Parts: sequence; C-alpha cells; structure tokens
Amino acid sequence: MIPSDFKYTKEHEWVKIDGNIASIGITDYAAGELGDIVFVEVPKVGTKVQQTKPFGTIEAVKAISDLFSPLSGEVVEVNGEVAAEAAVINKDPYGHGWIIKIKYSNAGELDTLLSAADYEALLKKI
Amino acid sequence: MPKKTAFYNIHEKAGAKIVEFAGYLMPVQYRSITEEHKRVRKSVGLFDLSHMGEFVVSGPGARQFVQHAVTNDINALGLGQVMYTAMCYPDGGIVDDLLVYNLGDFVYLVVNASNIDKDFAHLNGLRKTGLVASTDVKLENISDETALLAIQGPDAEKVLAKMTDYDLPSLKFYWAATSKIAGVEMLFSRTGYTGEDGFELYMAPKYAEKLWDAAMEAAREFEGEPIGLGARDSLRLEMKYALYGNDIDKTTNPLEAGLGWVVKLDKGDFVGRDALVKIKEESPKRRNVAFELKEKGFPRQHYPIVIDGKKVGEVTSGTFSPMLEKGIGTGYVPADSSKIGTEVGIDIRGKLIPAEIVKPPFYKHGTRK
Repeated sequence: MIPSDFKYTKEHEWVKIDGNIASIGITDYAAGELGDIVFVEVPKVGTKVQQTKPFGTIEAVKAISDLFSPLSGEVVEVNGEVAAEAAVINKDPYGHGWIIKIKYSNAGELDTLLSAADYEALLKKI
Repeated sequence: MPKKTAFYNIHEKAGAKIVEFAGYLMPVQYRSITEEHKRVRKSVGLFDLSHMGEFVVSGPGARQFVQHAVTNDINALGLGQVMYTAMCYPDGGIVDDLLVYNLGDFVYLVVNASNIDKDFAHLNGLRKTGLVASTDVKLENISDETALLAIQGPDAEKVLAKMTDYDLPSLKFYWAATSKIAGVEMLFSRTGYTGEDGFELYMAPKYAEKLWDAAMEAAREFEGEPIGLGARDSLRLEMKYALYGNDIDKTTNPLEAGLGWVVKLDKGDFVGRDALVKIKEESPKRRNVAFELKEKGFPRQHYPIVIDGKKVGEVTSGTFSPMLEKGIGTGYVPADSSKIGTEVGIDIRGKLIPAEIVKPPFYKHGTRK
C-alpha cells in the first residue's frame, strides 16, 4: 500500500507536502527494483534543484540510478539517517527513508504530480 | 530459451528475483544481497550452482590428456583430491578456470556455465590433435544430468553432518568423497567460492529438491538461508577470486591475472606452456590487482583506473564490500604500478576517488580450511 496523502512521479519518487516544504523520497517499488541500496549522493543544504532534473544518485548493489527532483526549489534538509545507513530506504521508504526536504518555489508544479490513485494505476501497468 | 535448473521451482516459491545468467534462469537474490552475503560469513547459506558445467574424462589416457590441457599439475593429485586450475590457448590466453577432480577411474571437470559449450569443443579439439590417442580418451558433458548444491559458511560442516554418516572432519579442504547424503549416494567435495568452509554436492536432478529441503532443514538452527548469485559475486570478490568474463578471458593470461600459482611450467608440456614461459621470462606487462577505495564510492566494471591523470586500466570487478563497508575492486594496471600500497584513482562517473592497491584477500577472516 502506498500512502494516499503523498504525491508521486513517473520516475517513482514520492513527495509529501507540509506547508511550503516538500519531503522527497523514492517509492517502495523503486527501492525494491534497485535492491540493496548502499548509499545516496545528495546536494548540500542551500542547493537549488529543478523539477525533472537529476539532483543526486542512488548506488545500489546491482545498479546506480539518478534521482530526479519532483519540484523546483531549494534544499533545506538532508536526511542524516539515510546518509549514514542508506539501507533505511529499503526498510522504510515512506518514513525514515526520506531523502531530502526542499522549500518549493513554484506551487503550480504541484499540479503536475501524480495522485496516489494515479501512481497505483501506473504501477499496475508495469 | 533459457534453461531452468532442477531447483527452479524452489527459487520461485521462495520469492527469488530470477535473472537470465549464462543461458540459465538463476536466482540473483532472495531477500537482500547484503543480508545473504553476511549470512554466509556468519553461519551458512545454500546455493544452487546447477548452471555450472560438469565433464567426465575417462579412458586409459584421461589423466595424461587433462594434464596436457590445463596449467596446473594434476599428477600431484591424490585419489579424491581436487585442484583449481586454468586452461589456456596456445597463446597463453585463458579458455576457462575450472576444478579438476581426480576420481581414479576418471577425471571430473567443473567449468563455468558461460563456457560449457566452448570448453567442450576446445577439449574435443585437443582430443583429436593431442598427444594422447583419441581412442584412449572419452569425453562426456554431463552438465544437464547434474545438479549442484553448495553449502557454504562457518557452520557448513555442522549442517552437512546432520545429513550424512560420513566422517566430515577427515575430509580436508579441496578433497572429494562419495557418500550417502540425505539417503542419496553422491559425489561431494569440500570446496567453494566464498572464502568460507563449505561443500559442493553433485547429484542427479531428480534428487535436487529432496536435497535442498533436507539441507534447509539441517541449516535451520543456524538460520541458514538460500543465497543468490548477487551475494555469490560479492563473496568471491571479497576473496579476490577471479571471475571468468570479468577478470580473466581469452585476452588475459594466468600470470598477469594473479593466477601464477596454478601455472606449473616445470610439469612438462601443456597447451600454452611455450607462450607462458616467454611471458614469464619477459615478466608480465600488466597485473590484475586488488584495490580499496579510500573515500565513499562504488567501483563498477569498466570504470577507468587512473594514475597521474592518465587512464592506465579498467576495473574488472567491483563492489561495495558488505564486510569492509567500503568500495573494493580489481583491475589490470601496468606492472610497474602494481605494488601493494600504490595510490591510484578510480574515475567514478567523472569524479576521481582515491584508492590504494592492497594485498588480497580483502576479507581476511574467512573460515576456509
């Protein structure tokens, strides 16, 4: 089950909106496909990110994958728990496995994200 | 169509991720490559290795024939002893790396899955042109009639002891025996590719599921679990065991690959000897070395190895070591830059990560006897 109050992207990232802050992570499906995540590379606090552009990478045992920003904005927090022990993403992708928080700069972009229902429909087609 | 091993249904039921590997549908992982890796280091794991190839070489000229085909000295083998060796082309390039079992009446060869057809054709070619009369050598490929189950880890002996009456402590590392295991008479050996103590069991496919179930049951008290090819690769790499297709192939020779210990130039003539003598006299120009990253990074195959800003080689195998918790890998570098302690850089997608050439194995606490 995926959290119903989150937003999603076709690249299998999730977004949780809290005021003007968006927490970003990858979905359980993405974590499962990647397998054992060894570490993540993410930008420092203060870095500007742009919607649909890569902002970091995920190194898993089998493969490396880019992280695409679901929204434009500025990084305000990086998850230290994930930086220390990236396997947390495999264990708890929607909770402790969040990757970065950004202050998003363009509320209009929110409408381009998928709802939980849309994302579930997308998963069914895979 | 990829082949299924005799354990395939078991893997599917266990929820394994299945991939095609060397023409076989094989489990790459069951739950987590890292967890499976640590399980083998800590207690015990079960591997389906039925994709590996098995050949029987028999007839009065069998031993002489194999001695001529491989680089190691199989005349040194006692009855029931097993040996790791390379098999070379006349130019010294490697056809395959394999195990040779001296089973008295015949010689048993275990070869890499990806090389079964090539090796068989190569050996057949030697049979026709070799120094042994071809009528004195019979060569059979029994790969499809052989299932292979490996039990690996520090508790492997305790697990197998629950399945057989055979006096396991008397079986030394790299020796084989025939005995009843879970009621089935079979060939087995104290061998493996993990750096841990362990056994490899060869059986007819019809017994495979029975043996798997018995081994899982016996392994239960040690929290034993099935291990996929993903962990098999990281386990072997922590020991710097060569993988054909990555670290060695027809363009590499055993002397530069770090396999000089299985090349016995003084044993008499064998295929590739002249070329290897020359390579040894001139000293190999490059060497396959082990390196550890000094910063966080995940070296992968084909990433450039850099010295003084210049690419000098490529990573041939790389992973993030679950036991050392750092990036480790192997690759060829010029011989004059191959000394332990040499500083190199690994170009990880444009970012140069410092690394150091280290003495293998990476993981130094293996329980192999």
